Amino acid sequence: MSDNATDPAEMVFRTRGLTKIYGGGGTAEVRALDGVDLDLPEGELVVLLGPSGSGKSTLLNIIGGLDHATSGQAWFRDQELTAMTDRQLTRYRRDHVGFVFQFYNLVASLTARENVALVTDVAADPMDPDEALDLVGLSGRLDHFPAQMSGGEQQRVAIARAIAKRPGVLLCDEPTGALDSKTGTAVLAALEQVNTRFGTTTLVITHNAGIRKMAHRVIRFHDGRVVEIEQNATRVSASEIEW
Amino acid sequence: MVMLHALDRKLVRDLWRLKAQSLAIALVLACGVAIFLTGLGMVRALEATLQDYYSRQHFAHVFASARRAPLSVVQDVAAIDGVQTVEARITGQVILDLPGRVAPASGRVLSLPEGGPVLNVPLLVQGRLPDPDSDTEVAVTDRFAHANGFRPGDRFAAVADGTRLDLTVTGTLRSPEFLYTVPPGGLMPDDEGYGIIWMPERAAAATFGLTGAFNDLSLKLRRDARLPEVIGRVDAILDPWGGTGAHDRELQVSHSFIKAELDQLRSMSVVMPPIFFGIAAFLVNMVLGRIVALERSEIGLLKALGYRDTEIALHYLMLAALVAAIGIGIGWAVGAWLSSGMSRLYARFFDFPWLVQPHDLDVYALAGLIGLTAAALGAIRAAWGAARLAPAVAMAPPAPPSFRRGHMDALAHWLRLPQTAMMVLRGILRWPVRAGMTALGLSLGVAILAASSAMLDSLDVMMESAFFKSNRQHASLSLAQEVGLDAVTDARHLPGVLVAEPQFNLPVTLHNGARSKRLAISARMPGGDLARTLDVEGRHVPLPEKGIMLSDQLADYLGLVPGDQVLVELSGTRSGQFHVPVAGVTTQYIGIGAYMQMDALAAHLREGPRVTTLNLWIDMAQLPELQAALKETPMLATVAMLTDVRNSFQATISETVQIYSVLFITISVLITVGVAYNGARIQLSERARELASLRILGFTRTEVSSILLGETALLALFAQPLGWLIGAWISWAMVAGFQSDLYTIPLVLTPANFASASLITLAAVAAAALLVRRRLDRADLVAVLKTRE
Repeated sequence: MSDNATDPAEMVFRTRGLTKIYGGGGTAEVRALDGVDLDLPEGELVVLLGPSGSGKSTLLNIIGGLDHATSGQAWFRDQELTAMTDRQLTRYRRDHVGFVFQFYNLVASLTARENVALVTDVAADPMDPDEALDLVGLSGRLDHFPAQMSGGEQQRVAIARAIAKRPGVLLCDEPTGALDSKTGTAVLAALEQVNTRFGTTTLVITHNAGIRKMAHRVIRFHDGRVVEIEQNATRVSASEIEW
Repeated sequence: MVMLHALDRKLVRDLWRLKAQSLAIALVLACGVAIFLTGLGMVRALEATLQDYYSRQHFAHVFASARRAPLSVVQDVAAIDGVQTVEARITGQVILDLPGRVAPASGRVLSLPEGGPVLNVPLLVQGRLPDPDSDTEVAVTDRFAHANGFRPGDRFAAVADGTRLDLTVTGTLRSPEFLYTVPPGGLMPDDEGYGIIWMPERAAAATFGLTGAFNDLSLKLRRDARLPEVIGRVDAILDPWGGTGAHDRELQVSHSFIKAELDQLRSMSVVMPPIFFGIAAFLVNMVLGRIVALERSEIGLLKALGYRDTEIALHYLMLAALVAAIGIGIGWAVGAWLSSGMSRLYARFFDFPWLVQPHDLDVYALAGLIGLTAAALGAIRAAWGAARLAPAVAMAPPAPPSFRRGHMDALAHWLRLPQTAMMVLRGILRWPVRAGMTALGLSLGVAILAASSAMLDSLDVMMESAFFKSNRQHASLSLAQEVGLDAVTDARHLPGVLVAEPQFNLPVTLHNGARSKRLAISARMPGGDLARTLDVEGRHVPLPEKGIMLSDQLADYLGLVPGDQVLVELSGTRSGQFHVPVAGVTTQYIGIGAYMQMDALAAHLREGPRVTTLNLWIDMAQLPELQAALKETPMLATVAMLTDVRNSFQATISETVQIYSVLFITISVLITVGVAYNGARIQLSERARELASLRILGFTRTEVSSILLGETALLALFAQPLGWLIGAWISWAMVAGFQSDLYTIPLVLTPANFASASLITLAAVAAAALLVRRRLDRADLVAVLKTRE
């Protein structure tokens, strides 16, 4: 299932025979990922589609350094993720990965700016928290606590927090899942902005097929396998996407 | 097979899921229950035993002594209104030469009336009572016999008024008069060196030259008797015969020691348990509040299904009740074990022949009820909150807790605190009551430890002051009667005596207005270096040339300050009264005292200096020779070897210190772990999402745990000075509470005590925190983040 002959050096992620099996030993085995081979080039915005349990979140977790594969290999650039210890994975997440989840997971006791500073305080080459928040259109809400913001605003703080350390990759699991179309569009626009302006490889898991139109590449999952990879010749901007 | 309702199953499973937290709470509650039971149970057992023993053995109500009163006087005393029974006895101090014992021992002889005693009736433990016609047969206290290995038939010698008597032990006895036997001038029991010797009346009269007379009187009163009047009448009757003043049980040595002990136990069982019940209530409140918050949607669901508010409130109250039931069960078991063990210990300490264990089911029930009430009070807010949740509101996720910026933010930004520190700080400021209560709970752990070690240090200071600064003599000899100063020269000629200092103990009553106190004035020579008066710093304060020095507690009691006049009323063989100025106040922890220079006192009495006691400094190499000589010395009433007393006291103290240290460390660790563990667990529960997102953002386990445990650590640090303050206050209250004529406990607060209390509790906090950290390490990051809160 690998994409055609592309230079491995330009790939941000590569996987070979990547497999994740849950359960076993008494309980029923679930093959969440079943031998996935994938090459993802630098700088693209990639949308992962598929029904629940098709393996897209599992893939995201493994290449994001949150989970271990049962077998097979995965690389981030020239580093083999599947050979890393927990400590090395923490380091990898800290240095290279930005995450955005369906539930924003902001720290309730910190303001927007402080939530972003949480990351910039420990990153090697971060942007200014104000700049990151400006990028997602929240320059007017710097000193607001999560409880004082709408869901869309909270999600954009989460994106600002994810990108503020200038990550190599941005991994988003259902970033608009809890939002209405208007705020969802604003969140997508923020992701698009980050991708085009910084060239950050961005992977977005979604159930909303409409979002695929803004991707460079769309990967469809089924039963733990990649069933289709499609490249968009023409992309539409986030603001034009219909829900 | 009982069918459990679904809600009951949830209850049981919740309890199992919360087992560590529940146990931590239950143990704190158990402490309260156990201490309550032990304290109150023992007070009741000892009181019941005392009452039973006293009434069966006809323990007297009033005690009096005279120098020499004719037996005809007994009729007059018996005729006093309210007197039921009177018994006259002969008593005297003797020096004992015990086989196999190098040091002289001393004893008190008590006559056994011919028909057998009717008051203060001793119990025969072994052998038989002496033959009333025998000159040589005696019975002795069982403890004295046991300590010296005496059996019926064994013999020893006594020296009374210079006459040597060879005595045969016929039996051993116990008496309600001597539950706690302190030798005259001694500070604690000395079973080996001091015994009570019961001698047939005729032999005792011959020994002390009191044929047809008596010098000791016991009275049993009728229920309607008026004690002060009886005492006044007895004093009036005995006064011509050298009466030294009648007194009730409160001044009887053995009884007053037991009373003091009972008072301490009673105050312990009243003061300590509320602390534990309060902490347990707070912990239940904290944990249950969190559970209700977590179970919002379940509560909404239950309501949607038609459960009534009361059923839901009851469900959460039941959870608290189950935790309380576990704590009460443990407390009952530990309390029962402790109080039976402690009662036996007390029965041995005080010479009880048996122990009455009253049916104390009501005490158990009361302890259980208080425990349940504490848990219910803690649970009521959360349960009420659950009952009041509207179903629609409950089904929706709770709004995120709202935070506001305040003055602290400006300070934090100025200090450039990292965001993680801000999370900790805002968490504390957002829930100030909870944070305050947690800090208070942790501080109580520190306080209990600091106060208990302060008490142990106080004991050290008391000992140091009494034995090494104030009474520095190796031995004290009390004389059978007053003698002149040449006795000092005689004493200096005894083998091994390096220094001999005289002392004159004069029985008096001191008056200031309506207040009065009966005691003995100790008169000493100026420049004396063995028995000394001290100031509050423990430095020697020489006796003033004129006037009297009072121990601080006595001066307080009489309301006297230096410069005031005190009225001295003579008792015993002298009569009359005189005024003397209070020249100073001396610090004294054991007993009370009044001190004068010998010449000053003699001037008031218009007689030459007299001696009743000789304090000796001894060349220890010659001790055996001295001891042999003392056994043959006439005129000696008792010999107190203070070196022995010091050693036995120190042995007793160090054992006590160890037991209490273990007890109090256990208690304070239980409190600390209970509070810290529950606090950190709730932090973990509330912050699980935040902490998981931080891990995903690339924070290490250590960084994430520092946020989780930061609040606990910060509160624990804050709790330390608070704990020191509360500990100092508890020490002060305990010192004030234990104040009596027998002891004045000094308040000793040292940095070392506070430091070690803090170290122990901080270690307990760290252990509790590590337990919680292990849970955090095992948490599934991704699962946490993908669930809706």
